[in-house]
Amino acid sequence: MGNEHRFFGPSANEIMRLCIIFAFLALVGGCWALIEIFGSSYITRQHIVQPQPMPFSHKHHVGEEGIDCRYCHTSVERSASAGMPETQTCINCHSQIYTTDPVLEPVRASFISGNPIQWTRVHNLPGYVYFDHSIHLSKGVGCATCHGRVDQMNLTEQAAPLTMEWCLKCHRDPELQIRPRDEVFNMEYKQPKDQPRLGADLVTSYHVKDRQALTNCSTCHR
Amino acid sequence: MKTRNDTYLKDLPEGFLHRRDFLRLMGASIALAGLSGCGLRQPVEQIVPYVSGPEDRTEGAPLFYATATTHGGYALGTLVESHEFRPTKVEGNPLHPASLGASDIFSQASVLTLYDPDRSNNVLYQGQIDTYENFLIDLRRKRGNQQTKNGSGLRILTENITSPTLASQIEGLLKDFPAAGWHQYEPVNRDNERDGSMLAFGEAVETIYRFDQADVILLLDADPFADGPGRVRYARDFSKKRRVRKGIDSGMNRLYAVESSPTVTGSMADHRLAVRSADIEGLAGRLLLELTGNSSLPTSAPETKISEFIGLVGRDLIRNRGSSLVIAGRSQPASVHAIAHSLNALLGNVGNTVIYTEPVLANTVNNVESLRSLVADINAGKVEMLAIVGGNPAYDAPSDFFFSESLSNVAWTSHLSLYEDETSARCSWHIPLAHELESWGDARCFDGTASIIQPLIAPLYDGRSPHEFLAAFTENYVATGYEIVRGYWKTQNQDANSNNARDTNSKTDRSSKLPDSRANSAKAADGFEEGWQASLRNGLVANTAFQTKTVSVKADLWGQYLPPPAADPGSIEINFRPDPSIYDGRYSNNAWLQELPKPLTKLTWDNAVLMSPNLALQLGVNQEVGSTGGSHGTSIVEIVELKFDGKTVRAPVFAVRGHADESVTIHLGYGRTNAGEAGSGPGFNAYALRSSGAMWSASGLEITKTGETFSLACTQAHHSMEGRELVRHASLKEYKRDPTFAKREADDPAKQISLYPGWTYEGHAWAMSIDTSICNGCSACVVACQAENNIPVVGKEEVLRAREMHWIRVDTYFEDNAENSRTLHQPVPCQHCENAPCEIVCPVGATTHSAEGLNEMTYNRCVGTRYCSNNCPYKVRRFNFFGYADLETPVAQLQRNPQVTTRSRGVMEKCTYCVQRIQYAKINAETEGRELLDGEIVTACQQACPTEAIVFGDKNDKSSRVAKLKAEPTDYGLLADLNTRPRTTYLATIKNPNEDAQKE
Repeated sequence: MGNEHRFFGPSANEIMRLCIIFAFLALVGGCWALIEIFGSSYITRQHIVQPQPMPFSHKHHVGEEGIDCRYCHTSVERSASAGMPETQTCINCHSQIYTTDPVLEPVRASFISGNPIQWTRVHNLPGYVYFDHSIHLSKGVGCATCHGRVDQMNLTEQAAPLTMEWCLKCHRDPELQIRPRDEVFNMEYKQPKDQPRLGADLVTSYHVKDRQALTNCSTCHR
Repeated sequence: MKTRNDTYLKDLPEGFLHRRDFLRLMGASIALAGLSGCGLRQPVEQIVPYVSGPEDRTEGAPLFYATATTHGGYALGTLVESHEFRPTKVEGNPLHPASLGASDIFSQASVLTLYDPDRSNNVLYQGQIDTYENFLIDLRRKRGNQQTKNGSGLRILTENITSPTLASQIEGLLKDFPAAGWHQYEPVNRDNERDGSMLAFGEAVETIYRFDQADVILLLDADPFADGPGRVRYARDFSKKRRVRKGIDSGMNRLYAVESSPTVTGSMADHRLAVRSADIEGLAGRLLLELTGNSSLPTSAPETKISEFIGLVGRDLIRNRGSSLVIAGRSQPASVHAIAHSLNALLGNVGNTVIYTEPVLANTVNNVESLRSLVADINAGKVEMLAIVGGNPAYDAPSDFFFSESLSNVAWTSHLSLYEDETSARCSWHIPLAHELESWGDARCFDGTASIIQPLIAPLYDGRSPHEFLAAFTENYVATGYEIVRGYWKTQNQDANSNNARDTNSKTDRSSKLPDSRANSAKAADGFEEGWQASLRNGLVANTAFQTKTVSVKADLWGQYLPPPAADPGSIEINFRPDPSIYDGRYSNNAWLQELPKPLTKLTWDNAVLMSPNLALQLGVNQEVGSTGGSHGTSIVEIVELKFDGKTVRAPVFAVRGHADESVTIHLGYGRTNAGEAGSGPGFNAYALRSSGAMWSASGLEITKTGETFSLACTQAHHSMEGRELVRHASLKEYKRDPTFAKREADDPAKQISLYPGWTYEGHAWAMSIDTSICNGCSACVVACQAENNIPVVGKEEVLRAREMHWIRVDTYFEDNAENSRTLHQPVPCQHCENAPCEIVCPVGATTHSAEGLNEMTYNRCVGTRYCSNNCPYKVRRFNFFGYADLETPVAQLQRNPQVTTRSRGVMEKCTYCVQRIQYAKINAETEGRELLDGEIVTACQQACPTEAIVFGDKNDKSSRVAKLKAEPTDYGLLADLNTRPRTTYLATIKNPNEDAQKE
């Protein structure tokens, strides 16, 4: 029998080996790519500035003027929702200052017409996540821990990826993040060098639940 | 109301799916699944804050307002939860005497009616869309004509009303038009109560029962826990003497029930006798004669069953003079009510277990006679203007009145109603009615206590309240409901108002919103404003309960009385009863109530001819239950033709245990034509057979088989425990002999081994205890759970496939033993097993065990393998085979509880122990820096339960109510021998049969 009747040539084994290697690499690469994509700021919108009806600057209001977070986000200590300021809250000051500034035209228009300002949500959790601001504050999680240095943001952006992995980092080891309650609203708070020890003390004195309880599914999902 | 929402299956023909079509669909669904995977990013959302928001609002936190819902005219005090000013959930008002914090299926479901997209949203003139202004213009013109003749052509037809404001408005109207007439009609009315009281006392009075004072209770075809004004309160009071606890021997009450058709209250009875409705008067009459010692007692061939019962009850009633109670039901004739009054007087119960007051209804006319005279006036051409305020008489009037035909003889008719119903279609004007949750009003409850009904939302469909509608007939035709109701109470006597002011501070956290903060500052000198605010905040106007009234039974009443002989045994009796869930048809379009398994029959979406299994056998009608997968909810029954009084109706037959032989029951409210998407269609119209001479029961029914079959959707077709001990039960005597009769060695976790390591629960350990002794099967818990947890309805087709979605079900079993038959109810939510069979089979970790012992369900992880459901021995898991939840109709979204995820297609769900309420309470306690209190977390089922049969709490806290109940000797776990270690456990049912009966 001659070789001409063979279906597979001599190189077939090599090609097959290459194919297997390629398939393996493709699988690994695909997984890596998926992980990268899901963690990318394209998906998480981390550090992406959303278009807003007017260029509101936290840097000016918080960093330069020193207005407390709670002046606008009134329900942050009492409710799941931090609360968004009413147009009335803006007008409290802006009926006195910058009364003719064209940048503030949407605020005045809203106040006169009674139509609310429509902001674009920056920190957007999925509907099946039930985040509660009040409990985080009372356990010593600072605003800046999740929202970043808002006092340095000209335009507000999402500082953290807000993925479940990111949430769990703190829910698993809260002592690495929490701070004294009176420092919660302090944007310039720096973690002390002995944070793990201080954190552990705070975990005890604030009755922060153990890792098992903090990572129950129903802690966040209902 | 949408029941099924799948996008590409709904166009398919029913029945067999061909292989190729199936593959094509599979391909399409995989492609669609791939597409849906592309939506990886969160959608961009807007935040829309207020321009200038209301003052007492905390973003994201619910507010509670005290108001009331009415049913048959009578109020039930409620607290309504409002999220961002959307009412989402109705709870009972703990301060209100008719509620005491509990509620019923009708008030729970009222929030769904509020958002019903089928509600009327247009003023109609001759069926064409018109405006309210044009209505007013037309009305002014017609009214001018009537003024010249004292209103002799004007008639007002209302339902039964207790509203003091509405009554005073009508009085005022009748003053302006002295020749006008006010008629009242409601198909499920209290005519017999009224006539019975006229017969016994010579005047109409309200009868109020004190179940907490009664040791022996006899029901004569009465269903006080499910029907009638005091139902929620009565169930609570009754349960107080029904709890058997270790070391407490306060005496258990005993309930005797004589009834034709099984009822919720009758299912609680220790002795129950099923006799035809017509034979009840004979029984009651003989009992009366026996107790009065009248020797002329006719003994012509007494049925031994009935005689025995009379002897048993009679002796027990006499033994318990002053603490016994006899109640006649609304379907029994006036004479039986008079007998009940006489019995109560004779037994010294008046003032103890029975009290009388002035009637609560604003106008106590006989409804049927009132409508009869209206129809006579119409037919005589005397009526030129007819205003129908609520109700649906064209559908539910007695058939011999031909009311809907008569309507066309009136030149000008106007109808105020929630829906464009059968009556609206025959009236010249239709005005949309505002729902009670969106309008001002007031109403009285069973003991006369008045509540102000305050709106929680502006009218969604431009509706008008009855007050505004009636004001249109007066000079002040633009008065708002708020002005009218507030105006009325302002004119009320000032002493009452100043008394109200005392309890302004009784509620702080659930404070009500001030309707008008400016009004508050302009405080009236007479203290009215404080009283008004207190009434709104407390949900009741203080000191408005009626005073006890002394009445005495006429002396010569029973001189010549002879109890009627037993009805002809050959003739079949027909009984008309309000439907247990959709009542007289007014809740037809409420899909929660349509899909609620009716107590005892467990039927959904249909009514049927209910009869005893004996009669069914005698007639030769078959009944089969689906036994293959996908048909467990199907009961295949036969259709018969009912011929009564010259009229015929075709209807399916359904056999129920405990029904009297030679008697059938049909429920009103079905067979609607203009009810809406859920209500139009299902069932048959029982009103077609009902006439003014036979409002509740009559004999002479002919039943003919048609040979056709029909599928009824029934969620529990098998009512025998087949020797298994699902509900453990005993008599009080047996309990006293062995309090631990419900304990089994096989249930003991210590003796069971597990392959899996055990859990330790160091913090809270949530647990539930359900007392089956006091559960009467009313199903308020089922609707409450549905409202709280965004549970969708699935429609009849899916219930036929046993795919109903209720997270808690009430299983009912009938057990017959030598002496007695027992009806046993068992609410079954998720048992939250410590050794949960569902958790270990989930391949994706979507159902997990929490540190506090909750059996968690994480929807966003679930991929829909349904392994968990297959491995659950309790069958409490529910699967979204289709996208049952309506995510499209905008108004349906408003009802949803924002604290609970609305599940989508392909996701498993089940009872969570109301984890959102657990979290809410825990977060509140922790932000306030304190420990959680026992009783702070109340699950939705527990909160609704009229008898407080359900208790939830922390098992680890030994002083908690739930821990104490679990330490009771009668505590047992359902199927605990499977080593599931359920967190939900039951207290065994204890009945209190008369020991004399066992001797005989």
